[in-house]
Amino acid sequence: METRELTCINCPLGCALTVTIDGDNITVTGNTCPRGAAYGKKEVTDPTRIVTSSVVVEGGTIARASVKTAMDIPKGKIFDIMDEIHKIKVKAPVHIGDVIIPNVAGTGVDIIASKDVEAVK
Amino acid sequence: MNTIDVVVIGGGPAGLAAALSAKRNGAENILILERDNILGGILNQCIHNGFGLHTFKEELTGPEYAGRFIKEVLDEKIPYKLNTMVIDINKNKEVTFINKEDGLMTIKAKAIILAMGCRERPRGALNIPGYRPAGIYTAGTAQRLMNIEGHMVGKKVVILGSGDIGLIMARRMTLEGAKVEVVAELMPYSGGLKRNIVQCLNDYDIPLKLSHTVIDIKGKEHVEGITIAEVDANRKPIPGTEEFYEADTLLLSCGLLPENELTKGIGVAMNRVTSGPDVDDKLQTGLEGVFACGNVLHVHDLVDYVSEEAALAGQNAARYVCGQENKSGKKVTMIADGGVRYTVPQSLDIVNMNDKVVVRFRVADVFKDRSICVYYDDKKISSVKKKVLAPGEMEQVILKKESFAEYPDIRSIRICTEE
Repeated sequence: METRELTCINCPLGCALTVTIDGDNITVTGNTCPRGAAYGKKEVTDPTRIVTSSVVVEGGTIARASVKTAMDIPKGKIFDIMDEIHKIKVKAPVHIGDVIIPNVAGTGVDIIASKDVEAVK
Repeated sequence: MNTIDVVVIGGGPAGLAAALSAKRNGAENILILERDNILGGILNQCIHNGFGLHTFKEELTGPEYAGRFIKEVLDEKIPYKLNTMVIDINKNKEVTFINKEDGLMTIKAKAIILAMGCRERPRGALNIPGYRPAGIYTAGTAQRLMNIEGHMVGKKVVILGSGDIGLIMARRMTLEGAKVEVVAELMPYSGGLKRNIVQCLNDYDIPLKLSHTVIDIKGKEHVEGITIAEVDANRKPIPGTEEFYEADTLLLSCGLLPENELTKGIGVAMNRVTSGPDVDDKLQTGLEGVFACGNVLHVHDLVDYVSEEAALAGQNAARYVCGQENKSGKKVTMIADGGVRYTVPQSLDIVNMNDKVVVRFRVADVFKDRSICVYYDDKKISSVKKKVLAPGEMEQVILKKESFAEYPDIRSIRICTEE
């Protein structure tokens, strides 16, 4: 049996959650609403995050284009994803929604541009 | 002298939303003046997600949120000037600006919307002892250098202040390979949003030390290390609690200050708590036809609220230039009391107000199990229980026009917290 202490992020209340993991049996205490229980459960079974960063742009009006994962990805993959982002250079123009890295770090999720960067004329 | 119906000072989130709303409410001749080389303001460098949950019901990054408003401004063909610095606004609503194409130019505005935003509290305003070496940045400056200009500002980082930009930058620098040693916060609570503490600090095991401050910066040419210490209830460092961190970078995230030099130049009444102008329920300042919205009026926590507020300023500016009655009916003063630091607006016209007016405010401390109460003179009108109230989160109450029907002689509206 394992217990984890978490802070719920669903609202400003920020309940201090205690999540007890006993095999498949997960119980959450300290929450004041059902959203807290759901959050606590997800954080210990399948925590996910959106990763945002930026990539080098060549020939653009600015030096960097911001990017993000098109969906949330497993938390444990964050640094693998960053390694791939660090290796990438793109050429201007870049537009919001352009796929920059398909299937990043084997997650099945694309890295897409979150900013328009026009080419220098 | 050229005459423009509505001049919007600033092309960030507030200015864009205000200009769009002015246009859609009937103003024809609008001009946005922006000092940067692109529209969108600070959102251009806020590449993290979490914007637009209220407005668009989805989580966008800053550039995406700005991009939607910029597209609408272009679609509506609202004129704007970039690289343009407004240097003066006078009582006659003459706006003087400077740029490379027009040189120095003055235009006459029928209405002005102030949307200049805010800036960060700099080191000079924080009384940190030590030399002035390279390697000290406000969090927003570091954010711009990294996210737009593509420079890594440091490898071993101490952050003073737990405002949202500092928290966001702790994660950003960690993802880019820096080691963030500690976030020190002078107050016994963080001024940042809970989700940022969890997802920017806890996710990466970055310690947050509350009631701590920086007491020394080591290094003459470049930052070499930072000493922090615990502070007592009077925020004085406690001897013997010093801790030294080897570091090449100090980031400061110690509050935002509305940028009101132009506003002060007009000579309108300013608010000592918000550092913005006093406004009525139309977001009109002390000078008729001059409106304010966004972070120049008071510092917001969410951009969604900035857009909403700016749309109201734009609507009222349009009504004003279209000649709709904007004269005062009966102006009632708003009083912030009992743990409420300020209210925006600071006064309300109970005769000519919209059917609903949103009053926004912040509390002075972290309160648990308190009620937000509204009094019309001495009569308690409403009371809403809150499990927790925090200075970092903006609160609001909605006042309805119909509620004043029984109080025609009201003199003040008081908003306070009660246990």
